Amino acid sequence: MLTRLKSNWSYLAIAALFVFLILIPFDWFLGQYTTLMIFVGIYTIVTVGLCMLMGYTGQVSLGQAAFFGTGAYISAILSKTYGVNPWLAMFIAAAMTGAFAYIIGYPIFRLKGNYLAMATLGLGLIMWILFVQLRQFTGGPDGMSGIPYLSIGGFVFSTSLKRYFLVWFFCLAVLLISQNIVRSRMGRALRAIHGSEAAAESLGINVTQFKVKILVLSAVYASLAGSLLVYNITVVNPQTFDFLASVKLVVMAVIGGLASIWGAIFGAGATRILSDELLLRFGEWDVIVYGLILVLVMIFMPEGLFVKLKEVFERLRLRFRQKGAEP
Amino acid sequence: MSSAQFVQYLVSGITSGSIYALVGLGFTIIYAVTRIINFAQGEFVMLGGLVSFILIHSAGIPLVPALILSIIITAAVGAIMYLFAIRLAKKASVVSLIIITIGAAIFIRGIVGQELTKEFIRLPSFSGEESISFLGAYIAPQALWIIGIMVVVTIILHLFLTYTMVGKALKACAINPIASSLVGINPKTMALIAFVLASALGAIGGVVLAPLTPISYNAGVMLGLKGFVAAAIGGFKSPVAAVFGGLLLGIVESLAVAANWGPFTSAYKDAIALIVLLLILLFRSGKLAEEERAG
Repeated sequence: MLTRLKSNWSYLAIAALFVFLILIPFDWFLGQYTTLMIFVGIYTIVTVGLCMLMGYTGQVSLGQAAFFGTGAYISAILSKTYGVNPWLAMFIAAAMTGAFAYIIGYPIFRLKGNYLAMATLGLGLIMWILFVQLRQFTGGPDGMSGIPYLSIGGFVFSTSLKRYFLVWFFCLAVLLISQNIVRSRMGRALRAIHGSEAAAESLGINVTQFKVKILVLSAVYASLAGSLLVYNITVVNPQTFDFLASVKLVVMAVIGGLASIWGAIFGAGATRILSDELLLRFGEWDVIVYGLILVLVMIFMPEGLFVKLKEVFERLRLRFRQKGAEP
Repeated sequence: MSSAQFVQYLVSGITSGSIYALVGLGFTIIYAVTRIINFAQGEFVMLGGLVSFILIHSAGIPLVPALILSIIITAAVGAIMYLFAIRLAKKASVVSLIIITIGAAIFIRGIVGQELTKEFIRLPSFSGEESISFLGAYIAPQALWIIGIMVVVTIILHLFLTYTMVGKALKACAINPIASSLVGINPKTMALIAFVLASALGAIGGVVLAPLTPISYNAGVMLGLKGFVAAAIGGFKSPVAAVFGGLLLGIVESLAVAANWGPFTSAYKDAIALIVLLLILLFRSGKLAEEERAG
């Protein structure tokens, strides 16, 4: 009975989220934040992938920005330099980034814990060096500009309102797909791996294969987000994908709750608002605040800020119900 | 490549290798005592260099006292980091500890970038700028200081660990924390000492490096990674092995750039260390996984 009620509540929450998202671009509501919300949507897509990797399988990635950047640069280069249709470029970018993740997945998942973290950090830095150094393709430290917008037939996604709905269409699709994966047999296998790899293996779960699958999935998400990013701002430069970018992605996942799909919106949202609205006028204070957030959240609520808030809400609701049920 | 050029590149490799060795020593000590990989290790090097620059230029303190003070300040930062971040996270998982040390790293870097300086800084050389001619190569005197100080520090550290009571306690704690706490060694105190030692070692690296190569507030990541490679080559076991790991990495890096072969131009110097990192990790993955389970 309780689980039934709980799932009803979560459907209600998702419905409320839909309404909220549709209302945002209206001027009388939060219209001035449409552009900000586009970034929230894009970063939510990357964060969901990272959450699945870190929260559900317990594998750290300190180089997620590499996949993000690979998607962005492949899309930018194909559609700007070679005149490929942006949609096709986006698809090719996702396929190539996924293939890249698949190739590195098997060797890298021979490592665990600290060593895995270092290896992903190293890979992220290598990709960043390539973005900066392969000038003839990427434009070097200055990056590229003049990347076309996405379009369907004659309908060009040229205004931020149009792009807002495009990005959130992809974002919600990614969230729903991820939710289904987490609730499927695969999701249970992933949680088993997080609990104990040896136990999972003894139950016939191919641990490495599952980890690689999730890495590929998270890479495809990151690539998709990267493509959406360049087709939004029509420029790309390597600073967006450096080491700090990877750490910021971890911050988003940590705030949202590592093992929480919908928390990703909260994590990406809180972080973008912090960076773009609140702390911008204080120089680079955001980095300092992120450092503090990482330390404090990991010490006091390792399951994540969003999950903790949800827990508190659940507890309050139960107490309220109990009081209401008493005669 | 002429023999003079070879010597030139070899010495420059040993010089940067000495810095990696000092960072690698820090990684090794903390890992041995606490089983934590401190992702903020590179920030200590950056702190050592930048704090001494500020002390000299803003506070007007002479070179040598400024360097010593900077090492003490950095060691204090290491102690604070342990007491207020690591120790509070009592039963944290490996993933949590990684995230905590990363958080501490970007916190330190952010504060330095925001409050001290964002410029590249360079300290005055310890003994003049005039190069010394050696086997046809020209060597900056600061390079000799770097190598010499690294060797002296390593010897002192070795003597400290072998002959003093505290050093022996650290070693005991690294071998078996539970057994050592039975004989009255407090693992928490030992962990604190390990963090102080590691941050001081990093700061020493910073103050000897800054007269040779300009560094800035975001130099920590790369230095930390290279120090990690040094420690990983040494297997996180013995300090001496980490020193040799650092020297090896420095030499490989320098000679790879010197060979100028294919894509390995100086633009990709950092990538070489990263490739070495991945190779080491993959090559030793079986062994490392075993240790992780045992530890």
